Amino acid sequence: MSLAIPDRDWYKAPVGAEKLWIGLALFWCFVMSLMMPFWHFRGKQNSRGEAYAVKPLAFLERTEKFAAANKVGEFNGMPVAEPAPGGDAYLIGRMWSWYPVLKLRQGETYRLHLSALDLQHGFSLQPLNMNFQVLPGYDHVLTITPTSKGEFTIVCNEFCGIGHDKMIGKILVE
Amino acid sequence: MSSIATVFPAGAAPAPVPQPGAMRRCDTTGLQICLGAEKFIKFNAVAAVVFLLVGGVAAILLALTRWQAVHLLRVDWFYRILTLHGLNMLIFWILFFEVAVLYFTCTVPLKAQLFSRKVAWASFSLMLTGALMVNTVILQGKADVLLTSYLPLLAHPLFYLGIILVAVGTLTGVFNFFATLYTAKRDRTYEGSLPLVTFGATAAAIIAVVTLLHGAIVMIPTFTYSMGWTAQPDPMWYRMIWWGLGHQSQQVNVCAMVSIWYLIAQLTTGAKPLNETVCRGAFVLYILFINLASAHHLLVDPGVGSAWKIWNTSYAMYLAVLASMIHGFTVPAAVEVALREKGYVKGLFGWVMSAPWRNPAFSGFILSLLIFGFIGGITGVTLGTQQINIIAHNTLRITGHFHATVVGGTSLAFMALTYYVIPLIFRRDFIWRSAARAQPWLFGGGILLVSLGMSFAGSLGVPRRNYDIEPAGIFGPAAHLFLGIMGVGAIIAVIGLLLFVVLCVGTILFGEKNAGRPMADWGTAQAMAGTREGSLAHDHWAMKGTVALTGVFLACFAVYYFANWKALADVWPVR
Repeated sequence: MSLAIPDRDWYKAPVGAEKLWIGLALFWCFVMSLMMPFWHFRGKQNSRGEAYAVKPLAFLERTEKFAAANKVGEFNGMPVAEPAPGGDAYLIGRMWSWYPVLKLRQGETYRLHLSALDLQHGFSLQPLNMNFQVLPGYDHVLTITPTSKGEFTIVCNEFCGIGHDKMIGKILVE
Repeated sequence: MSSIATVFPAGAAPAPVPQPGAMRRCDTTGLQICLGAEKFIKFNAVAAVVFLLVGGVAAILLALTRWQAVHLLRVDWFYRILTLHGLNMLIFWILFFEVAVLYFTCTVPLKAQLFSRKVAWASFSLMLTGALMVNTVILQGKADVLLTSYLPLLAHPLFYLGIILVAVGTLTGVFNFFATLYTAKRDRTYEGSLPLVTFGATAAAIIAVVTLLHGAIVMIPTFTYSMGWTAQPDPMWYRMIWWGLGHQSQQVNVCAMVSIWYLIAQLTTGAKPLNETVCRGAFVLYILFINLASAHHLLVDPGVGSAWKIWNTSYAMYLAVLASMIHGFTVPAAVEVALREKGYVKGLFGWVMSAPWRNPAFSGFILSLLIFGFIGGITGVTLGTQQINIIAHNTLRITGHFHATVVGGTSLAFMALTYYVIPLIFRRDFIWRSAARAQPWLFGGGILLVSLGMSFAGSLGVPRRNYDIEPAGIFGPAAHLFLGIMGVGAIIAVIGLLLFVVLCVGTILFGEKNAGRPMADWGTAQAMAGTREGSLAHDHWAMKGTVALTGVFLACFAVYYFANWKALADVWPVR
């Protein structure tokens, strides 16, 4: 009875089906635990959290410099910046836009710097559904390799005030 | 009418002489009930149901807004009501109910007196003041910061102060619980080990202390910052400590819920734990291996590295997950063995057919177990896997997960228990019993649709906490369909919730008094002639149906888990 005081000799090792289940469950937990380090070394998608302290204004300055130096066009009034393959790309999240639009090349690898100027934002790349947190004061670096072409949309998925749902950005891959 | 007494053989025995005036003998179970505890169980349970109602009204407004075809609220009210929903459901309803559960488990099973009514008063008034303060500030539009209030978002200082008061009040209640355990042991009101239900509640209380300390660590500097007295805390530091509160408190819920599963299993089928060591060991695993669950919310955050993320995701071995998987076996196995001993031995699942399904506590408990395990548990462990979180973080998949655990699991278990709390503690029999029998199915079924709708929409990238998915211009008919399923599910679930509130309030006000006689029976499993309790005590393979069910569970788990690794492998390489 779970509501009653147990018998004096309640301490017993598990037996029978109960023992089998504990063994199976433990084995499954073991498999799941090993999957993460396995993927860290052998898988291609990892979140290492590489980040550097940065003042919001300093990050804005870097991004504006990057956008001006690499500008290749405009998209709905927003500059389109194309970083050199293997180079650094900067992306700002702020209330309520992503700046600038990025143009990347399929199969090339970039160091994508993400940071926020005001509140926390969520970098959610659709329709791939890849999601990363963007914080003010943190230069969050993703080493990323686009493997598909097309127009990708950045949705903000961390609540950032009244215009949150309209905070939309673009990444173009050729 | 008399059958509930059959699951309480102790009820027939002469009761020990209670201290005059401080105890009463339960007319149904024969247990001694401390009147002080009874009073505060009533207060806390009533407050809990009121906040559940507030949260439920908020829930339907939100669901009807995110269901894009309806899109009910204005944008500012959407986030305001979302803040209200989170705090009332996840904090107030659950904490008030848990304090009631703590007061019950530390007194009645131990034949003990509550340590102090004054402390209970202090706890209750602090919690109530804090909760009212928070709700007022939210409805005034001064705290549109959602449950998490991530810095640099800033709310009115009274919002933080209110949360601090609720936390301090809860800690005061938890102190009363521990003090009662101490005085009961000192005064030898019982001999031997704690009953399992009290043991589980003790685990919940220990985790609650650690959790609420995290709350204090994060909320006090945020409050002083909001007053302009100190500098802004670092947003990453805030996230880490806040989730020490936010996620660990869910483990408090799990402990309370599992204790309630064991309790209802006994009340409705006479089930007893097959092996106390295993059940208790699993509770200890919760205490030891959940401490840094905040990591689950930081898996795609900057500033914390892979090693930290992987270690804290699994704490090396996922031993808290192991604990839930153990309870997921031992609870149904205990029910199965109890029913088989009563003579329902046909095939693998003959016992399932003969279980007391008309009893709302039983159906609520089983639905809670199934929704928590199959949906909440499997999605939770998978989404909380370090790398898989990349394709889940802050999408509706997360919301789909925790509506299965906290709502389909914990809230439904609390509702199920209420079908005994009101007859036994408020001493009134339920009104409208046919509606009560349907209530867990409505609520459980509705929340299942909510959870699935959210999960599938989230798999298509639909963000959580988002007023409108149209401006993104990329979400097609499938995403809209799943949000519609969520909306329909929410309507059904909220009807179930309102029905629950009507039944509770109606019964407390108008239910027939049952003092002096056993409560009206909801239906309990009856033993067939010629059967004997304990006849299967030495058959360690008697729970064949449970073995089959848990086998299916493990297979579902593995398929879902590896399907998600495959989905992850299909996105862009990133490190």
